[in-house]
Amino acid sequence: MLKINNLHASVEDKAILKGINLEVKPGEVHAIMGPNGSGKSTLASVIAGKEEYEVEEGEILLEGENIDELAAEERAHKGVFLSFQYPVEIPGVSVTNFMKTAINETRKAKGLEDMPANEMLKMIREKSELLEIDRKFLSRSLNEGFSGGEKKRNEIFQMAMLEPKLAILDETDSGLDIDALRIVANGVNKLKSKDNAVIVITHYQRLLDYIVPDYVHVLYNGRIVKSGTKELAHELEAKGYDWIKQELV
Amino acid sequence: MELKEKLVSSFMAFEDTVDVNSPIHDIRTEAIKTFEADGFPTKKQEAWKYTSLNSILKHDYSVFPKHEDALEFKDVKKYFIHDIDSYKIVFIDGKYSSHLSQTTHDGIDVCLMSAALTKPKYRLVIENYFNKIASKDSMSALNTAFSAEGAYIHIPKNKLVEKPIQILHFSTGNEAALMLQPRNLVVVDENAHVQIIERHQSLTENPVLTNSVTEIFTNKRAIVDYYKIQNDRETASLIDNTFIDQKRESLAKVHTFSFGGKITRNNLNFYQNGERIDSTMKGITIIGNKQHVDHNTLVHHIEPNCESHQDYKGIFGDSATGVFNGKVLVEKEAQKTDAFQANNNILLSDKATINTKPQLEIFADDVKCSHGCTIGQLDESAMFYLRSRGIPEKEARGLLMFAFSNNVLDSVKIPEIKNRITKIIANKLGVNIGFDL
Repeated sequence: MLKINNLHASVEDKAILKGINLEVKPGEVHAIMGPNGSGKSTLASVIAGKEEYEVEEGEILLEGENIDELAAEERAHKGVFLSFQYPVEIPGVSVTNFMKTAINETRKAKGLEDMPANEMLKMIREKSELLEIDRKFLSRSLNEGFSGGEKKRNEIFQMAMLEPKLAILDETDSGLDIDALRIVANGVNKLKSKDNAVIVITHYQRLLDYIVPDYVHVLYNGRIVKSGTKELAHELEAKGYDWIKQELV
Repeated sequence: MELKEKLVSSFMAFEDTVDVNSPIHDIRTEAIKTFEADGFPTKKQEAWKYTSLNSILKHDYSVFPKHEDALEFKDVKKYFIHDIDSYKIVFIDGKYSSHLSQTTHDGIDVCLMSAALTKPKYRLVIENYFNKIASKDSMSALNTAFSAEGAYIHIPKNKLVEKPIQILHFSTGNEAALMLQPRNLVVVDENAHVQIIERHQSLTENPVLTNSVTEIFTNKRAIVDYYKIQNDRETASLIDNTFIDQKRESLAKVHTFSFGGKITRNNLNFYQNGERIDSTMKGITIIGNKQHVDHNTLVHHIEPNCESHQDYKGIFGDSATGVFNGKVLVEKEAQKTDAFQANNNILLSDKATINTKPQLEIFADDVKCSHGCTIGQLDESAMFYLRSRGIPEKEARGLLMFAFSNNVLDSVKIPEIKNRITKIIANKLGVNIGFDL
């Protein structure tokens, strides 16, 4: 699904990613953990195609195809989805209209006709129920005045609507109370299949109790310094990151 | 001959063609003297600091077009809001077109200024209202001197006019260059309500300069909704001078949608002569190339407990320039005034310019006055957010710009206008936004 080889990336000439190697196969859930400033969010943004980041070296392959040079929307059309750590507020565009536009633009890119209105409505209804989202919420301006939890739930709702091959959840657990966390995790688990893959970026083990990873990677100073199974997450939770830093010295 | 000399020397000939015994003969004569003394405004004047008329004054404009021209409705239908039932006052090269118009005297007067200026039954209204609030600046004076034709609208007490009134000015291009000076008078009596749509449209690339004056009187508890659709060719320029006199508890709302034209100057003035008045002015400006739009607003708060709301959005691309100069004047007696002004702008190119200048002069001590102006580019993080959902760059830009100007449309009460404006916006931004606007 995703193969990252020796990825180096920088922003404004500051090197952030310094040689990432990662392989994610269909059906897998990978967790990426690490202390603040280790490059977790940068990795997510680089995969999704944020232009401010410069890929200096290495490659990102999606189903064997190098996507380095593709625009963010083209990566989205190929099935990459990023759940934002800080979803952007867009006053004046409703959640529903936003999703309609996103879905139909993706279909257009694939040479398909617009999704028929009744089909769209049915899908919106199903997916909003999955995330326990109130219908009224869908006519509100995108993320405007949403609580932290509402924003994250809305991100996963969008993921449900767009049905990506590769979903990257960037600190989706931050700002969520336990009930919202359960709803979001439940949503993600229901969307999981043998054909798609999920990368969960998180600071804490908490979310991984609900979205159980097949592999856990520790990102530190722009490199993956340790990989393991879900037990590694427990170990990190118990011992913090210092022991890893010491191991590296 | 310079345009100024041409106009001044044409005045005598013009007066010969109209009734010299008309009640406004003296007003015209006085006005041409003002224009002769002051001439066209220049950038040396504070109020015209950012708008130069030089490039449009050099043409040899016909002041009195000779041709009487007919247009077929089907050819100009698209310039009307045609999907609603409405009254229409239509002019072709400054001349009234009865063929395209639909006027009325049934309970209300929706007709012609030329009739109002000459027929005895309108004399009292003309004497009471004509040129009573138009300012004495040179452009308004020039219009006053040559005022002969335009829309005359009188809505009597308690009359709620359901059908909007459309005022359309077409120029056919039969003249190599044409100057038009329409003069409108709108009198809305106590507790009456009217909606007006105004548009100027040239049909060829021949230069047109329109210097328009509209006087609007909203009497006690009257409501006026006025929509200006400015989407002319980039060879046409417009100087719009609108003056609104409000009596107590009246509500006047002016929306100005500026998308077209070469140079557009909107002088929009509200005078609050009474308590509990509400004045609202909103605008969306989206221009590119070398277009220029200048909004020059004034709200004169004279009495207590009144409100004014200004909300202007601008999007400027290429080498376009915008000006917003919003003056709020609060007299000492005008306590408890609530005045709000906002001007937000997006510059899409390095060569685009906006000059925005809020001007608050407050002499009362118990008021709520606020203003804010912003100038920025499109939010890059919002762009990435939209694109990461599969919305291509161009559509994402369009969506953000549409969203930016969207709230100005919330107060548009005629759905067909809202649809029309959103379509023009989508067109102007070159996007198909993917959902029903």
